[in-house]
Amino acid sequence: MPVQILMPALSPTMTEGKLAKWVKKEGDKVKAGDVIAEIETDKATMEVEAVDEGVIGKILVAEGTDNVAVNTPIAVLLEDGESVGDIAAAPAAASAPKAAHEDAPFVNPSCLPSATPAQPAAAAPAAEKEWTGPTVTVTVREALRDAMAEEMRADENVFVMGEEVAEYQGAYKVTQGLLQEFGDKRVIDTPITEYGFAGIAVGAAFAGLRPVTEFMTWNFAMQAIDHIINSAAKTLYMAGGQLGCPIVFRGPNGVASRVGAQHSQCFASWYAHCPGLKVIAPWSAADAKGLLKAAIRDPNPVVFLENELMYGQSFDIPADPDFILPIGKAKIERAGTDVTITAFSRMVGVALQAADKLAEQGISAEVINLRTLRPLDTATIVESVKKTNRLISVEEGWPYAGMGSEMAAVMMEQCFDHLDAPVVRVHGADVPMPYAANLEKLALPWEQDIIAAAKKVTYAA
Amino acid sequence: MASTPTSGKAKLETVTSPSNIASPEQMLQYFKDMLLIRRFEEKAGQLYGMGLIGGFCHLYIGQEAVVIGMQSALLVQDTVITAYRDHGHMLACGMSANGVMAELTGRKGGYSRGKGGSMHMFSREKGFYGGHGIVGATGPLGAGLAFAHKYKGDNGICTAYYGDGAANQGQIYEAYNMASLWKLPVIFVIENNKYGMGTSQTRHAAGVLYKRGEGYDIPGEKVDGMDVLTVRAAALKAVEYVRGGNGPYILEFDTYRYRGHSMSDPGKYRSKEEVEHMKENRDPIDLIRKAILDTEKFSEDDFKKIEKDVKAVVNESAEFAQQSPEPDPSELWTDILVEG
Repeated sequence: MPVQILMPALSPTMTEGKLAKWVKKEGDKVKAGDVIAEIETDKATMEVEAVDEGVIGKILVAEGTDNVAVNTPIAVLLEDGESVGDIAAAPAAASAPKAAHEDAPFVNPSCLPSATPAQPAAAAPAAEKEWTGPTVTVTVREALRDAMAEEMRADENVFVMGEEVAEYQGAYKVTQGLLQEFGDKRVIDTPITEYGFAGIAVGAAFAGLRPVTEFMTWNFAMQAIDHIINSAAKTLYMAGGQLGCPIVFRGPNGVASRVGAQHSQCFASWYAHCPGLKVIAPWSAADAKGLLKAAIRDPNPVVFLENELMYGQSFDIPADPDFILPIGKAKIERAGTDVTITAFSRMVGVALQAADKLAEQGISAEVINLRTLRPLDTATIVESVKKTNRLISVEEGWPYAGMGSEMAAVMMEQCFDHLDAPVVRVHGADVPMPYAANLEKLALPWEQDIIAAAKKVTYAA
Repeated sequence: MASTPTSGKAKLETVTSPSNIASPEQMLQYFKDMLLIRRFEEKAGQLYGMGLIGGFCHLYIGQEAVVIGMQSALLVQDTVITAYRDHGHMLACGMSANGVMAELTGRKGGYSRGKGGSMHMFSREKGFYGGHGIVGATGPLGAGLAFAHKYKGDNGICTAYYGDGAANQGQIYEAYNMASLWKLPVIFVIENNKYGMGTSQTRHAAGVLYKRGEGYDIPGEKVDGMDVLTVRAAALKAVEYVRGGNGPYILEFDTYRYRGHSMSDPGKYRSKEEVEHMKENRDPIDLIRKAILDTEKFSEDDFKKIEKDVKAVVNESAEFAQQSPEPDPSELWTDILVEG
């Protein structure tokens, strides 16, 4: 049966074009791949190639014709044994059926939520077990090491890679002893090439291994952020669920001490922004151990933001060998009634100190340790604010588009009628971190900043 | 391992095709496999022209011998990863034409249920790990797949493809370094089609691409990528070296894409004569066709039958890709995280 040749779309935006020139004439034989015509699109002059073999039976649109709409029949191709007389029978079948979406009006999902399928409610995080047994005192550093060691004992596919993790015993001694216990097959020193080893770790995770990838600090992971986002976070979705990436990226985040702008930055909001990742920022040794174990067992890519200044701090943690914490669950570290303070990582300790001082002044602050930044435990925050009617968000990082901005948005969307004061963000100064001791101090949030914010929202100032 | 390089010195000579590299039956199979890619891609171009495929669509026409020759040397446990000119690799790995074409049209029946598109399809079952849109990413990702082969001790290797344009990315050399240090079983396959998008190799790359492995003690060679038998000979040698635990290998294939970089490429950076010359004299399908006829085992009738079979497969895929429904709107929210 004769086949219609249609005006093709030759760019994603082309809707019509000029049929500039016929390279083949009626009666010419063509085979697949032969150039038959030239078309001027909105961008350039392009060649049209034959897809089927046959003879040009009839040219339907003369050369030089302007504004030929895409999918208009421009010629008829005769196959073996057909003649011009068969052309009447040329099927419309070769014309393009429209994709269903083409007729649908464009809708902006954020303006018209009803036109878009609703985002399913996030599954509630697993309930947190009460750990009532004996405790042991460990540093955050030891807790992280123990979490890795226990998971490596439990699962042969778990391995640790990064700069100085093996023979040097960890740039911050977090991986101390792992090489001795697990050998160099599973504790691997990498060259100082974050982009490359992050990509290798992601490839290994595609193949079913469970890498724990240490960045000496998260500042250097900027070299690797392409693999963290483009390769690790997006692949499950792009693969329609076929190929996941069970990997942990961990290391110290945020401000250290007197190391200047390129070594002192909080990346919490950067990673929390991205679907396809889970983002954890532990504070205590219990957070560090329980959440790192959960992160290693999780089938998704997890960004695990530690803090160098916390590594040496000691906490009591459950001695139970099965101790683990659920991802996605915040913890009320101190109950209170007058104001809710959210914080994560090192700032939880600062917020608790502020709460002590506030109590002396008659202000009862509830301190929430966020622990997981994505998915955020909004239920716990909202419940707290329904009680206190005030929220202060504390973070070490920059304010613009930061975690505090997200807290303010959650309050607008879910607590508008419960607020007795505007949300206040306590945060690092909006500057690259200075080196000078006095300036660095000025760039960071402190206990007194939280106290001042609490007084402001409780109208006690 | 007599036929493999004994040290990290890159070999300079071009591999020539031994006459006994494949049986006439194998050669006929390569013809069929290459023709499937050729006809599939032509059909994809046609569906793009009809507005059924959107966005970017990078066709593999002209380069078919590279992936078919490489695949002919692999075992079932081996893995393949490539960039975004990837439809040919999927078909060569044994993924179904229906599933690939339906992904191109963004339909439910596609490999990623319409959520990946031309550049992002995967099949763990067939050992195909994408389908990646970031130029150069397949270097480290492929080394990572190779790392997993070695870690698990499954005797598998990875073939990590990228183009001459990607060969300039820094992450490729980070991957070379670690792959060589750790003796990872990976073949870095450079499909040098002479143009990184519209910039010719002479204007974008200093030196010879495969020789860039020398500094990392990775052997390599440049091979005629238009002749599937030559590709196969080089692949067999590289595979033996890599599977033997000697570390990575680089194969740089001289190849050529007939179509533009993507669909909206007017091709102003090269002459029509250059393209015509390659089509007339170096076409991989014509070359294998002649080689098969020379064996006098098969005739034009055999080719005609294959043409017909291939056309049927491709037409069915186009039909399927148009009939398969668009993904359910609820798919917007699935596959972001693995639950549980």
